[in-house]
Amino acid sequence: MGVVIKSEHLSKKYIISHQQQEKYATLRDAIATKTKSFFKSDRRHNAESPGASKEEFWALKEINFEITQGDTLGIIGRNGAGKSTLLKVLSRITEPTKGRISIKGRIASLLEVGTGFHPELTGRENIFLNGAILGMHRVEIKRKFDEIVNFSGVEKFLDTPVKRYSSGMYVRLAFAVAAHLESEILIVDEVLAVGDAEFQRKCLGKMQDVSQRQGRTVLFVSHNMQAITNLCSRVILINKGNIIQDDVPSKVIKDYLMFETSNEGSIFWDESSAPGDPTVKLTAIRILDEKNNIQNQFFSKSKIRVQLDINITEVSEDLVVGFDITDEDGVVILRTYHNDSKKEQWPSLQKGPNAIYCEIPGEFLNVGTYYISPKISLHCKKWILNADPLLSFDVELNHGVSPFWNVLNKSNRPGSLALIIPWKNKTEFFN
Amino acid sequence: MIRSEQNEEFDLVIEGGRSGRQYWTDLWLYRELFLFLAWRDILVRYKQTVIGVAWSVVRPFLTMLVFTFVFGRLAKLPSEGVPYPILVYAAMLPWQFFSTSFNDASNSLITNSNMLTKIYFPRMIVPASTVIVNFIDFLISFLIFIGLILWYHYTPPWTILSLPLFFIWVVLISIGTGFYVAAVNVKYRDFKYIVPFVVQFGLYISPVGFSSNVIPEKWRLLYSINPIVGIIDGFRWAIIGNPLYVPGFILSIAMTALFLLFGIMYFRKMERVFADLV
Repeated sequence: MGVVIKSEHLSKKYIISHQQQEKYATLRDAIATKTKSFFKSDRRHNAESPGASKEEFWALKEINFEITQGDTLGIIGRNGAGKSTLLKVLSRITEPTKGRISIKGRIASLLEVGTGFHPELTGRENIFLNGAILGMHRVEIKRKFDEIVNFSGVEKFLDTPVKRYSSGMYVRLAFAVAAHLESEILIVDEVLAVGDAEFQRKCLGKMQDVSQRQGRTVLFVSHNMQAITNLCSRVILINKGNIIQDDVPSKVIKDYLMFETSNEGSIFWDESSAPGDPTVKLTAIRILDEKNNIQNQFFSKSKIRVQLDINITEVSEDLVVGFDITDEDGVVILRTYHNDSKKEQWPSLQKGPNAIYCEIPGEFLNVGTYYISPKISLHCKKWILNADPLLSFDVELNHGVSPFWNVLNKSNRPGSLALIIPWKNKTEFFN
Repeated sequence: MIRSEQNEEFDLVIEGGRSGRQYWTDLWLYRELFLFLAWRDILVRYKQTVIGVAWSVVRPFLTMLVFTFVFGRLAKLPSEGVPYPILVYAAMLPWQFFSTSFNDASNSLITNSNMLTKIYFPRMIVPASTVIVNFIDFLISFLIFIGLILWYHYTPPWTILSLPLFFIWVVLISIGTGFYVAAVNVKYRDFKYIVPFVVQFGLYISPVGFSSNVIPEKWRLLYSINPIVGIIDGFRWAIIGNPLYVPGFILSIAMTALFLLFGIMYFRKMERVFADLV
């Protein structure tokens, strides 16, 4: 049981250029800058064209950790905290700026489901191609071919081009290939977030199998706190490129939810920092009482309004907006989407700014602290925003109508829901 | 002392700017991926369209007709004792391969950008495999060439046996320049507008439509700085027994080696930041 991954003073720096309009450097600009600096006698300005402010950004700062063989390490943190950069450095996709990582054993990383899949090729061809891309040898893929096909459940469509697959089938096939990698270390990024619930369970099961039964080392990034709790023996919490906690899951998750969320009752983002993607951005979340005042403390009797402000630049039929409510342990209590109801009742989402809200009914939640994690996606296609809990609110119980129902905290009455469910005598029931 | 011993047990050490020593062994380990990528591109190219195949036949054939007409009939340039179409086609074979490879390689990293940001593998595989894909087109062109030989009842000299060597040469120059343009294209996104121009320009400064013997003697060495000149001369020597201009030929070989070395070095230097730029 030796150390299989050792990270020492690992740091990664990116240079962000503020002035540049285009996303990429162009030859035109490079030539222009060179020419300018050539004619300029003042040598100090040579390095940069005037006004082009460049900023250093440390995505990872002095990351130190060790992972022993057979560990399942969860990595959590906000979007932009440095999780993905860490995985990229570990997978050798990008080089660290400083520090080093030492690795023992073959490493396989799954940062995305179906990397290199080609829509024109059949399922069979893509299994071979994707396997090779993930670092499997041809004989290895051949040997595991039937197993992969079985796991994916797409036997019938093996010779159909994957462009005709449903997104669910696509994801299943892609994960099936990756799940059969034979490596000592497996790195998995938020890939389970796609696909249906049943398949997600299957994937989690497979990962459990990989880590616990086969004794392989797994690094796992997820926004799904439940999955982290179930799978991992240890969790590290990353914030602004630093490891700020490294402990057992229950402890880290609890702290993460407590310290990393806002309890102000609302969050507003400006245009540049708004989470989402170029097509849809979340600009604000508000938790409101029935008089539309921003609140973070509620009595259980009252309804809780949650309002999401989103800015849409590209309208899609598949756009789904909603949020999860999570309890103190990171367990999701419910997820709600704007189009869960009958079609006539959906709020409309148009190009430009939209504000939509929903009401969590009163007499529903138990006493405790709850968290809201906004979720925006193109249904079953991709996540636009799959955030961790961002906002918290507290509920105090006051809807008890029975002298026996006088709960002050969860130790008196466990559970996240506090619905009053009437009881009856059996005779009455059968009338 | 203990520290260094500990490091010995690790298979891989990731450190900034030190990926070099692992690189070439990795390239060997990932040789199958190289073939798979080539196989994918071939499948896709010939699956998507019948036109795709037809195109690789029609394009060199039409170019040959035009060049024969312009240089052979209008300009009445010497045909070295063989039918003019054969003279042109002997040059079209390597030129077609080079220009298509150059073009494909320049876009290869951008088209595969999702792989670059999600998976590790030696990036050289990408442009190199696109070059190999064009081998199929070369074979098709070669079949047409055989048809042409039969049509003109032309018997090639024994030197035709050396053709594979010259083919390897054109592969090397294609890969060398391909590495370079692929890497530049990642860094400067407007470079892609220059590539077609370079290819077109190359067609006119290389002796595709005419024999390089029409170049005045005093300029020939300078002319051979373009390595394609040496390759085309080589193909013509193999196919029609055109005498070689040896100093130029050697210069072209040296230039190819230089291009290849420079391409590899530049690519290796840029490779470290590909994932951050793409």
